[in-house]
Amino acid sequence: MPMFEQGGVSVEVDEEGYLVNLNDWTPEVATAFAATGDDKIEGGLTSEHWEIINFLRKYYEEYQIAPAVRVLTKAIGKKMGADKGNSKYLYSLFQYGPGKQACRYAGLPKPTGCI
Amino acid sequence: MSEEMMDDEEGVIKKFMYVNRKAPYGSIYALESLEVVLIGAAFDQDVSLAFIDDGVYQLMKGQRTSGIGMKDFSPTYRALEMYDVEKLYVDQDSLAARNLTADDLIVPVEVLSSAEMADLMEDQDVVLSF
Amino acid sequence: MLLHTVNKSFERNSLDACLRLAKAGSTVLLIEDGVYAAVQGTCLEGKLKQAMDTGINLCVLAPDLLARGFATDKVIAGINAVDYAGFVQLAADHSSVQSWL
Repeated sequence: MPMFEQGGVSVEVDEEGYLVNLNDWTPEVATAFAATGDDKIEGGLTSEHWEIINFLRKYYEEYQIAPAVRVLTKAIGKKMGADKGNSKYLYSLFQYGPGKQACRYAGLPKPTGCI
Repeated sequence: MSEEMMDDEEGVIKKFMYVNRKAPYGSIYALESLEVVLIGAAFDQDVSLAFIDDGVYQLMKGQRTSGIGMKDFSPTYRALEMYDVEKLYVDQDSLAARNLTADDLIVPVEVLSSAEMADLMEDQDVVLSF
Repeated sequence: MLLHTVNKSFERNSLDACLRLAKAGSTVLLIEDGVYAAVQGTCLEGKLKQAMDTGINLCVLAPDLLARGFATDKVIAGINAVDYAGFVQLAADHSSVQSWL
């Protein structure tokens, strides 16, 4: 498996850049993931990004699964209200897909059924 | 199956039943079934899950897998509701043979007699076996 | 004496075949999905008690039991719960191992 190395962070990732060992995750890993690659976030992660990343980590802890986008959207809407629980908002934060991109930053596996 | 679904007119909903008859961990069937259910949930069909024979063990509360080095996927059954998979049926005879009741299970289920389960299976458009 | 391991409870006829051919004084260790047979009150309880009555030592692998949601206090009295080190010890203490798959 390849290693991802950036700014003091060194973690094992799969060929698509997802963490191999979910326990390797730290906030620094998320910051480093978001700072590199084709899908990097210009200007870095904001508190809005973190809100979704933290939500995903909690979701995974509870259900042991990375949610499908529509399930994530619905769950966020329930927790944070309709102005955040919609694809437009989530894609504005994670333009490569809140499923794929945000799950990767959160240290989760790629969502089940996500191609 | 996928071709049939593609050929269907939009809005036609079929009844899909996933029949689970294997214990978790001892083989890959239980986890594979769960993944297929989660992926299939995107198609907005009328989905039911049946747990029969050793399949009822998939839903046992209190699974602790740290000692065998495998992931405990039982919490994921609690996420099914959010995937609009809400029809979970468990075979009464299978529970009884294993000294279990619905209270031993991690999610709310409907417990069915053999006759009721048989009727439900007959009523499906597609039955998938795991 | 042989150490018999059984990794199925209700499926196939592994447990029946093992109990039919295990001799008094031998040990039967329930592992993987075999551990369900060790739980009190199932329809297999009578079979296991009968096996113990004929002089077969019955053991169950505790990590497999816990993984499947059963604490060791749910095990039929007389069945000995062992950990992985205990499994190794059993293998060392017996002349050979027969795996009923």
